[in-house]
Amino acid sequence: MATSITAGMPIPARPVGNHPAGRVRTCDTTGLPVCATAEGFVRIHAVVAVVFLLIGGSAAILLGLTRWPAVHLLSAEWYYRTITLHGLNMLIFWILNFEIALLYFVGTTLLNTRLFSKALAWVAFGLMLVGALLVDYIILVGRADVMMTSYVPLMAHPLFYLGVVLHAVGALLGVVNYFGTIYIAKRDHTYEGAVPLVVFGATAAAIIAVVTLLHGAVTLVPTMLWSMNLIDSIDPSWYRITWWGLGHMSQQVNVCAMVSVWYFLGAITTGARPLNQAVCRGAFVLYILFINVASAHHILVDPGVGAAWKIWNTSYAMYLAVLASMIHGFTVPASVEVAMRRKGFDRGLFGWLANAPWRNPAFSGFFLSLVIFGFGGGITGVVLGTQQINIMAHNTLRIPGHFHVTVVGGTTLAFMALTYYVVPLVFRREFAAQALCRLQPWLFGFGITTMAIGMSFAGSYGVPRRHWDVEFTGAQFAAGFDPGAHVMLGMLGVGAVIATLALLLFVLLVVWAVFFGEKNTGHAMRPWHTDRTVAEAVRDEHEHDDAVHKTPGTLVLAGTFLACFAIYYFANWKWLADVWQVR
Amino acid sequence: MSIQSPPVDWFKAPRGAERVWIGLAFAWCMVMTIAMPYWHFYGKQNATGESYRVTPTEFMARTQQFIENHKVGERDGVAVVEPPPGGDAYLLGQMWRWTPILKLKQGQTYRVHISSFDLQHGFSLQPLNMNFQVLPGYDHVLTLTPTSSGEFSIICNEFCGIGHHMMTGLVLVSE
Repeated sequence: MATSITAGMPIPARPVGNHPAGRVRTCDTTGLPVCATAEGFVRIHAVVAVVFLLIGGSAAILLGLTRWPAVHLLSAEWYYRTITLHGLNMLIFWILNFEIALLYFVGTTLLNTRLFSKALAWVAFGLMLVGALLVDYIILVGRADVMMTSYVPLMAHPLFYLGVVLHAVGALLGVVNYFGTIYIAKRDHTYEGAVPLVVFGATAAAIIAVVTLLHGAVTLVPTMLWSMNLIDSIDPSWYRITWWGLGHMSQQVNVCAMVSVWYFLGAITTGARPLNQAVCRGAFVLYILFINVASAHHILVDPGVGAAWKIWNTSYAMYLAVLASMIHGFTVPASVEVAMRRKGFDRGLFGWLANAPWRNPAFSGFFLSLVIFGFGGGITGVVLGTQQINIMAHNTLRIPGHFHVTVVGGTTLAFMALTYYVVPLVFRREFAAQALCRLQPWLFGFGITTMAIGMSFAGSYGVPRRHWDVEFTGAQFAAGFDPGAHVMLGMLGVGAVIATLALLLFVLLVVWAVFFGEKNTGHAMRPWHTDRTVAEAVRDEHEHDDAVHKTPGTLVLAGTFLACFAIYYFANWKWLADVWQVR
Repeated sequence: MSIQSPPVDWFKAPRGAERVWIGLAFAWCMVMTIAMPYWHFYGKQNATGESYRVTPTEFMARTQQFIENHKVGERDGVAVVEPPPGGDAYLLGQMWRWTPILKLKQGQTYRVHISSFDLQHGFSLQPLNMNFQVLPGYDHVLTLTPTSSGEFSIICNEFCGIGHHMMTGLVLVSE
């Protein structure tokens, strides 16, 4: 208990960094060099990210309580306004701010370099903040009730589009700063050999982010001009295809960043090392090459584009990006299994998993994120993105049921898990109430999974997304859903309440720690681990091992995953065969 | 080595369980790759995206012509229209209603033209849960064969303003 997780970790002789005098410190816990400039920006982006998470979370509980038919809290007007607010704050402002913090941190610390440009980082931060505030303001005064997607010809106030564009440009400059950082690290020889895997993954995310954010500008700049009466009209089909180049691809940035965080947390919580670097890196390359065609997922039942285009693009070019996720989904737990078995937890198929450091919220958060993303988000994503099956899913609650277990149960939970190290290492403050910290990832994972299951099944009954009234009160012709759908919507509501409470708990724990937490300057952070042997393995990070890896437990888990995947996939084809014939 | 540079000789072929898994995953990806084109040719439910350019006013005129030609009754003030089997039918979405009410026969095939007069809408046929996107400026043609009979609701599942959740329509299918 007394030993820090990385005390005695033999850091190999490092090449000299390129930090200006006084602008670098050695981390008291990990021994890694920390660029003071980058650290400052990591802090402000992280703080701003958590503020937007809080705004989005407050919106989430109101939405959950409105979709729960027995409660039906908000008025129609405020429901549609709040859903617009929720989408942008969560999917764009929270995630992008956290990702920029992640890029600055990973780029400088792991490559032993300074941040490329402080001025650029200020401009990026300023644009992102101003853009986000503009958007939130214009939504709250009721001038942009257009949903996050703002499908034309639905029109918002020009400041709405301007805000999103400013935020996107700011994020793009942050990404440029990251590339600049990698460039000077390479130029100044601050590291030797290939970049670490986590940096490789983050770079893949950054590359996809550039393409993503350019799509955002290409779509929203003309749309803004249109809203100012400077352009006559925007073609709705063109808008949908290019907007989703922003909307879906940004989720692939999240996947890429999340997988990098998995590798990072696997390493620092259990000492896990990738089984095979070539495989892991190859899988990231598959993301870069094939994930960018996924805007098709939203166009599958659209007019204006043909079946061949839809089928090729929705498959990510023969599912090669899905293959990448399935590879990461195996290598991440397999690396944990190898690390745990080497520490002596070698009993049976799952002794390694039972003895994993579950009392470390960073580990439990990361592993839950992996399971929820894989079994929940991954399987549903591929099935809903199957061109013909999408007929039974498009714009129903099955869609948010899918992406709340990718970007929330997956990415957000992974980022929360990482925060349990960010605060002690970057803010150098300890978390109080460690028991609550340990509970938080479980509560959040449970809540979001419950909500997503409720959404998915309600969607299978036909309940639409972004819809205020499942009773259709006041409609010309009565409509409604099977009573089972109402049960599922109740489940959605309960899950949303639990998840939001866990989110609020997270924000509270983080804010408390950042402002009032015990300082750990000058000594190592208090270890989360309760298991003394887990600590020892972190130093394996530096060893090299040629033995054949034994991962029977992970193979069983992965086999179970594949079986679930196949059952859900073929069941959906069967359901499709039962609806009306259509061409 | 996730957070440290890898050893110089990091580039290696996968072995053991990892290799088995990559093989299995790739095989599964190929199964899914074949499934969609297979269903396109041999399956009965496809979203082919057949569509034509049309202005909203022109589409409304076609819908009115269709109603005049094939109207068989009225329900709650909305025309009930029965297109000839094998023929064309028109359905117009606008804030916040679907017109007209379509009367179809089970087992017959119709070319149903759907478009919007104003914003984007979502054609969602319940309780079958069949969903298609409706865009202004695009005549989206569904070659539809009802395989069950009864009364079906059309709801809107693309947000189209404050009355979105009250936008409903009807399809009547007789045996």
